[in-house]
Amino acid sequence: MKKFIYLDHNATTQLRPEVVDAMLPHLKGHYGNASSIYQLGQEERKAIDQAREKVAKLIGVAKPEEVVFTGGGSEAINWAIKGVALGARAKGRHIVTTKIEHSAVLNSCKYLETLGWHVTYVGADWHGRVKPGHIRDALTKETVLVSVMHANNEIGTLEPVAEIGQICRQKGIPLHVDAVQSVGKMPVSVEELGCDLLSMAAHKFYGPKGVGGLYIRPGTRLHAFIHGGHHERNRRAGTENVAGIAGMGIAAELALKDMKSDEKNVRQLRDKLEKALLHEIECVRINGDPEHRMFNTSNLSIEAVEGEGLIVGLDMQGICVSSGSACSSGQTDVSHVLKAIGVPLELAKGSLRLSLGRENTLEEIEKVIDVLPKVVDRLRAISPLWGDYKKGLRKSVIGEKTPSPAISDLRENLKL
Amino acid sequence: MKQKVVVAMSGGVDSSVAAALLKEQGFDVVGITLKTRNWDDEAGKKFGGCCGSSDFFDARSVAQALDIPHYNFDYVEEFKVSVIGYFKESYQAAETPNPCIACNQFVKFDRLLQQARALGADFLATGHYARIDTNGPQSPSSAVRQYRLKKALDSSKDQSYVLYHLSQAQLAQLRFPVGEFTKPEIRDIARKYGFVTAEKPDSQEICFVPNNDYRAFLVDQIPAESRLPGPIRHKDGSLLGQHRGFPFYTIGQRSGLGLAVGKPLYVVALDKETNTVIVGGKDDILADAAVIRNVAWVGGEAPALPIRVSVKIRYKHIEAPASLDAARLEPSPGAPHSGSAVSVQFESPQSAITPGQAAVFYDGDVVLGGGVIDHIRRGPPTARPISYGTEAIVKQGKGGMEGGPVAEDHCNNENKGGNVVASLERNLPR
Repeated sequence: MKKFIYLDHNATTQLRPEVVDAMLPHLKGHYGNASSIYQLGQEERKAIDQAREKVAKLIGVAKPEEVVFTGGGSEAINWAIKGVALGARAKGRHIVTTKIEHSAVLNSCKYLETLGWHVTYVGADWHGRVKPGHIRDALTKETVLVSVMHANNEIGTLEPVAEIGQICRQKGIPLHVDAVQSVGKMPVSVEELGCDLLSMAAHKFYGPKGVGGLYIRPGTRLHAFIHGGHHERNRRAGTENVAGIAGMGIAAELALKDMKSDEKNVRQLRDKLEKALLHEIECVRINGDPEHRMFNTSNLSIEAVEGEGLIVGLDMQGICVSSGSACSSGQTDVSHVLKAIGVPLELAKGSLRLSLGRENTLEEIEKVIDVLPKVVDRLRAISPLWGDYKKGLRKSVIGEKTPSPAISDLRENLKL
Repeated sequence: MKQKVVVAMSGGVDSSVAAALLKEQGFDVVGITLKTRNWDDEAGKKFGGCCGSSDFFDARSVAQALDIPHYNFDYVEEFKVSVIGYFKESYQAAETPNPCIACNQFVKFDRLLQQARALGADFLATGHYARIDTNGPQSPSSAVRQYRLKKALDSSKDQSYVLYHLSQAQLAQLRFPVGEFTKPEIRDIARKYGFVTAEKPDSQEICFVPNNDYRAFLVDQIPAESRLPGPIRHKDGSLLGQHRGFPFYTIGQRSGLGLAVGKPLYVVALDKETNTVIVGGKDDILADAAVIRNVAWVGGEAPALPIRVSVKIRYKHIEAPASLDAARLEPSPGAPHSGSAVSVQFESPQSAITPGQAAVFYDGDVVLGGGVIDHIRRGPPTARPISYGTEAIVKQGKGGMEGGPVAEDHCNNENKGGNVVASLERNLPR
């Protein structure tokens, strides 16, 4: 395998060596079923319990049993939303969420809509911030769940979850927080967020894929999602993925230990990268909230190029990034997040997400600062839009359409 | 450092093997599959051709087998404008389009070639059956040897017809590795590699037309006011009935006229001015001259005219001897003709020369250039050598007229006998 510069940590991360070490015994030799009574099973039970403690600690939960392991972040999200909806269907059938959620949330909600639930999708401002007041205004007597993400996976905007949590508590409505992008990267406390459910995924913080967790506050009514045996205290059936769970536990422990220093380093690199790219590339802007933003994420809109070409051009130079617009799935649609926050189509098409992680080095960032502007130049050289801009036949969209703060405030007031 | 080549992988056997051959030749190979329609739009419809979702997965499987990177590029918009748009406009202009040429000309060898170069590739390759000869004559204006576009080694699969528009600059950046092989050899190579595409049949339909029903597609896509019914007249002027709109007719077509007049009648012409379908007997679809517009010369400049060449007027037509001469076309508001024009004088009459189809000029195996058939030139029969006489007509009949003349030449196939689509023999250019 060639050496890559990996700047797509919001997609997934590589396993830390300690995580691999923690998993290996359960892949080689320790094959017991954690539910078995004999000692071979007890060994595995112990690994799961230890991992649960570590994950609980990572999100500020005192009682580990409030964390249930799942087969990943999407499962946790699906379970939280559908489980609460089904559990409360006698009370009401209304859910409040936002337009900028991950598709696991949006598509779970859409599915419920086909079954007769009503969902209100609250918008966000130009920076991707949801207004707590808009959530409050959307609540009705029928509302049985609010679901809001902690950190946006595409643009990195951090949502005012704690304030939304207060509102939900006052109204007695459970709050689910999709914290897949924040857990393990920044301090997360279920008490501070005031949430009743919180979803997470191990592979976003250097743990294995296919394992995640759902925090469930005691007293939260939700139906089981996967029915079967008595695993996970009757909440999530299926023989436990011990290797994955053990890996998630160690990943959680390491994340907590290194969180501060990782944040400092990664933020420095990200800021350097952004500053340089803004300087080197003409007609580029940063998407996301200037103040409330994940320290590792940089979402750029680069005018007159398509994200798809940028990704491939960078990949050919050994640099891994992603875009809000790519047709890997066969359906090219510009990012629903960029659309929801009012980024003009032309700019959404040219969006690029650079998400950094703990193993990135200054040398790598300098290479990207060198290569990315060149790739942009080559793609712009064949772009009719860019040609017109350079000839003065067309104005820059970034110059024209980016709303000033005054306009974005107006948008918020009008709830656009 | 290895030279980098982007292979346009359609998910068929030819482009699969093209990628394999280039890898064997030591290139750094990158596969790109173009998405020309949204996969969600495939629901409930059957598409032939290439570039659909299952073709993408086939291309990916081949790329995995070759251990090369593979990307899916979204060309839905480009394709909609340059190919589907052209296809509809052509029918509305009472012509018969060749969408595969449009796809090559405006999508693959324009946009994709540019994009491949911008991404750092030295070459773009496709699975077309044609050859590029780098050792052509010296260019008149410089000491550089010209690139020549030649027929494929396997003449039965030759696709040089759909590539006539390529320029020297394009040829310098292109590779057609399968042109040096026969189709059976290509399939053998695919089998040797164990490609999922090894036994995949040649595509048989227009890739963007669902259920292989282009008339239903046109009815769906073209507004009713642009395909109004009108009279069907015999070429002698007598009114024979009513037609259902131009998209349902093409020159040389026999069936589908709904007429019973004792002997078979064929569509001879579509008169756009009066919205009339003109029919006549079998001999009436013969013509020996036409004017070609938008002429492109592979060498970059026109040869000294007049010149004796062979001219191919549809994909499966056997090129016929003819002479080319300069011609002038007055641009009309409805058809702003661009590019230069030439007139073609065949040595013997050809069946169903069809406006909208490409006329490609050959000197033996070498493609000199080509253009779009603008109109048939009828007039006093020009003097032509007796020796070509009826024999030549019979010979042409085997190539294109059997069971009724041919014009529904959408891609590089030939539709024999009006609407008998099942008899199509074709392979889609890749």
